[in-house]
Amino acid sequence: RDFNERCAQCSEVNWGLTDGGRFYCRSCHNVTERTREVVNADFISNTRIQTISKGLRKQEKTDGGCEWYVCEGFQLVLKKQAEALETLGVCPQMKDEILCNFWRRYLQKSKQAYCNRPAGETVKALSVCDSSTDVDSEPERPSLLHLSLSESEGDLQTDCSFASSTSRVSESTSVCSGSVDGSLYLMKNQREKLRMTMPMTLSFCYMALLWLREPMTLSDLLRFVVEGHIPYLNVFQHFPEKMKLCGLDLKIFCVESWPVYEEVYNKMLELAAFLDLPRFPDITDSCFLHPDMLCMKYLMEANLPDELHNWTCRVVKKICIGEADFLTLVPGNKSTRNVKYDVLAAAVIVVVLKLLFLLDDRYEWLLSDFAEESNKNNKEGGPYFEFKKWYKVIKCSLDVEQKKLDEERAKYLWRCEKPLFYSAKKKSKVLKRRQMVVNLQNQFGKLSGSVQPAEKPKPSSFQLSWSEENTDGSCFHGHSLKGILQEKCGLLTAMNPAYWLCTVKLCTEKLCGHLAHYREVDFPQSYHFVLRLFSFLLRIQPSYIHDEVCVIEHKLFNKKLCKKSKYNTGLRK
Amino acid sequence: SSHEHKLNFKKSKEVCLSYIQDAMLQKQWKRAAEFLTFYIESLEKDFSTQYVGPSEMIWRIGTEILCHHSHSSVKEFNSFTEQMKTLGVKRYLKVCLEHAFHLLCNGLIDEAYQNLSLAESWRFGEQTAIQDKEMKLIQAYRGLLDYYSWSKQKAILLEHGQDGFEDLSVEQEMHSCFRKAAVNLKEIIKIPGVWDLFVKCYVDLLEFYGDHNEACQVLNEYAYNSKFPANPNAHVYLYQFLKRHGESKKSLISALKILHDIVPSHELMIDFNTMLQKSKKRKKRRLGLEVIFAALDYAGWKENVKAWSCLARQVKQIVISEKHLDWIKQEWNSRKDWWPAFHFSRYLAKRNWQENESLSYEKAVVAGILLGKDCKYFKYVSHQGCKAQVKRFRTLKKFVNKHNPVYLRISG
Repeated sequence: RDFNERCAQCSEVNWGLTDGGRFYCRSCHNVTERTREVVNADFISNTRIQTISKGLRKQEKTDGGCEWYVCEGFQLVLKKQAEALETLGVCPQMKDEILCNFWRRYLQKSKQAYCNRPAGETVKALSVCDSSTDVDSEPERPSLLHLSLSESEGDLQTDCSFASSTSRVSESTSVCSGSVDGSLYLMKNQREKLRMTMPMTLSFCYMALLWLREPMTLSDLLRFVVEGHIPYLNVFQHFPEKMKLCGLDLKIFCVESWPVYEEVYNKMLELAAFLDLPRFPDITDSCFLHPDMLCMKYLMEANLPDELHNWTCRVVKKICIGEADFLTLVPGNKSTRNVKYDVLAAAVIVVVLKLLFLLDDRYEWLLSDFAEESNKNNKEGGPYFEFKKWYKVIKCSLDVEQKKLDEERAKYLWRCEKPLFYSAKKKSKVLKRRQMVVNLQNQFGKLSGSVQPAEKPKPSSFQLSWSEENTDGSCFHGHSLKGILQEKCGLLTAMNPAYWLCTVKLCTEKLCGHLAHYREVDFPQSYHFVLRLFSFLLRIQPSYIHDEVCVIEHKLFNKKLCKKSKYNTGLRK
Repeated sequence: SSHEHKLNFKKSKEVCLSYIQDAMLQKQWKRAAEFLTFYIESLEKDFSTQYVGPSEMIWRIGTEILCHHSHSSVKEFNSFTEQMKTLGVKRYLKVCLEHAFHLLCNGLIDEAYQNLSLAESWRFGEQTAIQDKEMKLIQAYRGLLDYYSWSKQKAILLEHGQDGFEDLSVEQEMHSCFRKAAVNLKEIIKIPGVWDLFVKCYVDLLEFYGDHNEACQVLNEYAYNSKFPANPNAHVYLYQFLKRHGESKKSLISALKILHDIVPSHELMIDFNTMLQKSKKRKKRRLGLEVIFAALDYAGWKENVKAWSCLARQVKQIVISEKHLDWIKQEWNSRKDWWPAFHFSRYLAKRNWQENESLSYEKAVVAGILLGKDCKYFKYVSHQGCKAQVKRFRTLKKFVNKHNPVYLRISG
């Protein structure tokens, strides 16, 4: 980052940020009083524009546009996303400090700004600076202003702040892209420097949310994106008029698919490593992302009894996944498996359900029948939890919601009012098309019958909610697990003595990308149902949750598995 | 339900399309229209790799919805179709043509005519040549509408003529319509195809103006040119024309010959048989027998008195002359296994007698000769007939009894 004073204690220049936003020296852990200044990431006041050598950037093009660089576009996108997150309740620190610092660090690391020699551009005679500009000179001592921490690449140019692209590129601007460096941006040699993409903006957001330990999981974030609460699709319509998009810019900024969980997550890890970030702030048991907390939330959402929470906590404790060291992200550390908090919590619940109900398409219904009997006889006190009743209620709601979701997928609109054209030649054609589309939409919209104003549903963390005030008994939060538990040696254990493992052996992730392979037909329908429920809530494939379930089971039954593999006994189902 | 939580543009439009199709199949037009509004933006990204692109999809679906939706009007349809015309130049003439059809179906003949005329004047570089077929069709249909105007004028003229009025302007109008119509109709029927309506109209025009040669030639071409698909109607039109103009029996017979080959059950087979029976040539009479037997193979003729009377007459005549019994034998050979159950069951005997005495009489003649006096049908009908004291049945009974040995020779 930009802070480059020497540490008072150890004279190193190796700074990190504490939770409180203060600088601390990584070498000697000396915390300073210096705090981050709030930086306005606004496009207009972008310092880069001001430092660009005069005369090389045209102020106005013939069509009223101006020159702009791809990363400026992304900066705008991030700003908009951060603002939206703030509206959703995320603390302002995220936008004002964390995200923009991550971003600036990224720019530095990828040599797009804040450094001596921006990447990807062959440099002609660089005017502004007074130092020598000999290309083959020894890397000089970095100046005070523009320090990229721990940089050691060769051929650092002296401090010319931001060289504009060569005339070669600027000539082709009008043909290939509205941005100055659009075509360069898409060239392949950018790969090492972690080229910025639209999905990656979400990785940035999530990374910032994680740093601040905000109560928003990645699946929540992505769901808000799809629901339109966070700018992503067609975000370019918020670009100022002067920033014209055309040609290759479309490939960069135009999104034509929903963000994929795995992709955003993996990019986030890559990004964190690339930026050389230190260990993230600890995830403790008072954090939202801690499995104990998330399990509580998901149990509520899944309309399961509160009593199950005791069990999820027990499982979490037993396999040590509640430890800060396990949960906290340490970038670049490949030995620890990185944690998907939402998937983990869901998987824990699935395991608990298997522990208590077995879920082999037989036992859970038997237990339910017993509970039903008990409930008939026992009118006082809280009702016993009946799996069958719960199944019916949830299935009904799930089917309704799934159907709604399916229709929304069919009705999803990708285009916006601001039209895009690949080149100036196509502009009139594109505009005519848009006009026709609007006309036709109006014509058939009138024939649609009741015109529903497309109201965006208010963003909510809970997709399903159940109220105990409902007299129809459709809320199971307060139900008791008594019917399925027994006391042994002072401990409450499940009556269910059996357990079946999802898989005996975990796959090697490196070989096939997964730890297990889920096929619906191979597993009991109750198990599939439960997976389907969480798959819907998290908007991810059931197989992801299944993978996580396998991992948890292997940790839980580690000893037994070792024994079993010794004696080579079969699985008991 | 889909477990997919991924989605991209292409997939979401595919899914949208399936919702539209479901709605249309269930005739839920409002719902179809609703989902169509979400599909429409795929025009902004035309996948030219697909067999049927979005623009054609929208044209066809939109048309279907507008045709069936209760709130839709012709005006809406017109405005929609106009937009579709601008969408794809490769499809321009096709859309024009279908637009015209729709207007015609709704009785808006003048609008249809205007549309077709407009389309006729369309030129678009090499597309004009590529869409040549559609252009010819457009011209042909315009020609047809010209014919329609012509016949209206003709009717007016005739009316006025009866009243003693002379109307020069109408007459001129009529002739000009004729010219326009003739040119286009002539063109289209040159192309191998099925042009029944066009041919009829064209011939009508030619006949009115006295150009019988041309008319005859046109009809012959239409019927006999091997490049044209086999079309029974072509032969019917030719036959009717020849008959109208008092042509010889020989030419009439030759006109119906191929019709018999293509459609043995055609209603003109009676005329055909009648002509053939009376012929002096043996071959023709032989053919006549074949024709009438073949016609009666079809269920639609089971109760046709005329047909049965033709067969009865011819068979009777052969039996009396005692010549060419082998003809009957040949025809009966392939039918003796199934005609008895098909035509001459006891149930049919009862029913025919109750419902139609003449039918039962004619059939009884045939049954008696082919199956002998002891067959169920003959026995029942003749008995009933004699009981009712209908003279011809008594005569028939005597006749069959007299010629019973013949039956033995036929059936052997």
